[in-house]
Amino acid sequence: MAEAAQAPSKRPLSPHLQVYRLTLSMLMSGLHRITGLCLVAGMMLLTWWLLAAAAGQNAYATFEAFSTSWIGRLILFGFSWAALHHLLGGLRYLLWDLSIWIDNEEREWLIRANIIGSILCTVLLWVILFLSGMR
Amino acid sequence: MNLRTPMGRVRGLGSARNGTEEFWLQRMTAIAGIPLTLAGLFLVISLTGRSYPGVKQILGSPLVAVLMMLFILANVIHMKIGIKVVIEDYVYNKNQKFTLLILNTFFAWAIGLACAFAILKISFGV
Repeated sequence: MAEAAQAPSKRPLSPHLQVYRLTLSMLMSGLHRITGLCLVAGMMLLTWWLLAAAAGQNAYATFEAFSTSWIGRLILFGFSWAALHHLLGGLRYLLWDLSIWIDNEEREWLIRANIIGSILCTVLLWVILFLSGMR
Repeated sequence: MNLRTPMGRVRGLGSARNGTEEFWLQRMTAIAGIPLTLAGLFLVISLTGRSYPGVKQILGSPLVAVLMMLFILANVIHMKIGIKVVIEDYVYNKNQKFTLLILNTFFAWAIGLACAFAILKISFGV
């Protein structure tokens, strides 16, 4: 058992990342995971918000003090971008699962649409939030 | 010499019959997450600038509460599988891996139940 636990480090590794030319789709695959992990923190914030709303006025005021502070705003802004990027990225993978827009040229523009789309949607969301009277 | 049949060995290690369960569930929850997230964004926009009683009233209305519960359900399952895959891919030490997988399970259930409890409490007004 002890030998088995050490075995992976002694075995030669097959060539992986370093033998491939770096492509945008590779980076976006990594970014999909990273944004997904960022959303875990977002889920914790969502839990805090809901529990605060359930707990009462004081707890909610504590949450609002955080969410309206500059650091809170920055985190929520980042969270919203990560969420929209992961959402659009997920849509891209669902299309690719169905073999849609996966040819050489198609996948490159779809990836670019993912990046540009997530940024535009995030900006649009915050413009709407400001216009609807964000405090 | 191993006298077990290939099928028997495969079954003992987890058979091919349910190997795609998480793959499928991850896509199901992803598909469910698209309209639910759009509904969530609409909710956040409509809650913007409202005071605590207003927020509580909207969160507690039946349609919003049910949609929120569905949002939590789909995303917590999606989150649990997503973190599990990341742990399995990057944590090579067996003890660390299983500890993290157990903690991941606890975390997902805690987040899911806490959110569901909060939504129900707001909705029932207790």
